[in-house]
Amino acid sequence: MTEAIISVDQLTKTFRGKRSRDSVTAVDAVSIAVQPGTCLAVVGESGSGKTTLARIIVGLETADTGTVKLGGKTVARRANRRTLRARAREIQMVFQDPQSSLNRRLRVQVAVDEVLRAHTPLNAKQRRARCRELFEQVGLEARHLDAIPDELSGGQRQRVAIARALAAEPSIIVLDEAVAALDVTVQAQILKLLDELRRSKGLTYLFITHDLSVVQMIADEVVVMRRGSIVERGTTAQVLGDPQHPYTQLLLECAPRPGWKPKRGVIRALREEIAS
Amino acid sequence: MKALAKRLGPIGVGAAFIFAIVVVGALLAPLIAPYDPTIGSVTQRFQGPSLDHLFGTDQAGRDIFSRILWGARSSLVGPLIVVAVTGVLGTGIALTSVWWGGAVDSAISRVLDLLFAFPNLLLAMLAIAVFGPSLTTAALALSISYIPYTARVIRSMALRERNLAYVRSPQLQGISGAVITARHLVPNVAPLIITGATINFGFAMIEIAALSFLGLAVQPPLADWGLMVSNGQQSLLKGYPAESMLAGLFIVLTVASLGYIGERLGGRAAAGRRS
Repeated sequence: MTEAIISVDQLTKTFRGKRSRDSVTAVDAVSIAVQPGTCLAVVGESGSGKTTLARIIVGLETADTGTVKLGGKTVARRANRRTLRARAREIQMVFQDPQSSLNRRLRVQVAVDEVLRAHTPLNAKQRRARCRELFEQVGLEARHLDAIPDELSGGQRQRVAIARALAAEPSIIVLDEAVAALDVTVQAQILKLLDELRRSKGLTYLFITHDLSVVQMIADEVVVMRRGSIVERGTTAQVLGDPQHPYTQLLLECAPRPGWKPKRGVIRALREEIAS
Repeated sequence: MKALAKRLGPIGVGAAFIFAIVVVGALLAPLIAPYDPTIGSVTQRFQGPSLDHLFGTDQAGRDIFSRILWGARSSLVGPLIVVAVTGVLGTGIALTSVWWGGAVDSAISRVLDLLFAFPNLLLAMLAIAVFGPSLTTAALALSISYIPYTARVIRSMALRERNLAYVRSPQLQGISGAVITARHLVPNVAPLIITGATINFGFAMIEIAALSFLGLAVQPPLADWGLMVSNGQQSLLKGYPAESMLAGLFIVLTVASLGYIGERLGGRAAAGRRS
């Protein structure tokens, strides 16, 4: 087995409220390891801590304890501008909401251009050419370079966000609910694009999602998070085909599909889940 | 130009027209004012409107039309200082506060709360008591008391924008806060800055007029609308309302038109964001 490219060890993060009982431990002693070139899906409902985990790994949040290693190197727990810049060449993030992931007052090219400016020595003309290349890689045309976000569809905007993530030539991309806000057909296109990019560039994905059908399409391995802890982990086939933990079973049972009817006991299990 | 007219609507275009006349009048006062605004003739006191004196004359025999024109200058310059200082400092403070968050944000917010507690005019009078009455003192003092209003409104909007991905993503690239703020945050809170400025302009105009009325800002014999309202009081009682009423009318027209323009532009900008 090769060395993991993302290695997270005993990561804990508590958000403190004004009173101690308002404190929430969003991530509780979580450890994960992702092999290079694979895709790990982190699933769980809202509030399970999966997004916080992703934000700690990219450097948007500071963990209380635990370590994050990217490409074998431990990253600084408290990020500053310099360490963030170095980290960004290793890991990039695609955010959930295509509405807000681009500045509505600027041409979309600027979003990609500023990443190139931060990480490459290219001049303006070379950057423009590189933007065009990146746009082609994500299935956009050159004419989209000068569009403003309002002129693009949600799927196109998400493609721009992917191009922005690719601009720094990272080896890892964190996708935080990256297809959740898209129509199912557009979802499928974006997932296909992501899969192709992963294969052609040898990228590693950390895919945060609540949608199990998405997991099936893209992930090699899955971890299931619940209230800050990992309750189950394994290959996608294992976890989705033969879930061991009752919470995973519940998640699978609740996934909507044609002809879905709650099994006896599911509603009660949900009630207990909500009450607990 | 057409797009702007559409955004303003018919009433807005009228308002813009009125405001433009006031600005042009102020700029061209030395050229178009028929008389010196500060020199009168006792024999010409309290004349009614005529071809010689369009708006008549005041108790010192000065031409009211000329005084309105010259008065537009100080009446516009004062609020302009207030709007510029408040806009720059208020926005700067708000965005600094939002960018750093945490302790910096709390500290700045507490200082703003403290400033909030001072009534505007009281702060202005305090400054005038210390530095002596003048338009600049009054305008700067008002600017300081307006900063918390501007800063608080912009802070609340910037706080929302701060966490959106278009701001977070450049932050992850290690791009400096100043660059991200200037490139991404400022253009996105700009509609609010502009609306705030037009509203502040109106308030500042009225409050500076009030200070001039009290004899604390613009000093006689200079022409100023607030001062004219105050000067005209005695004539008003004698049955010559022209000076007070005309100056008052211009204050109201200017403030109302600018307020309407601001509301149209800001309201439209806000609506655009929702769509």
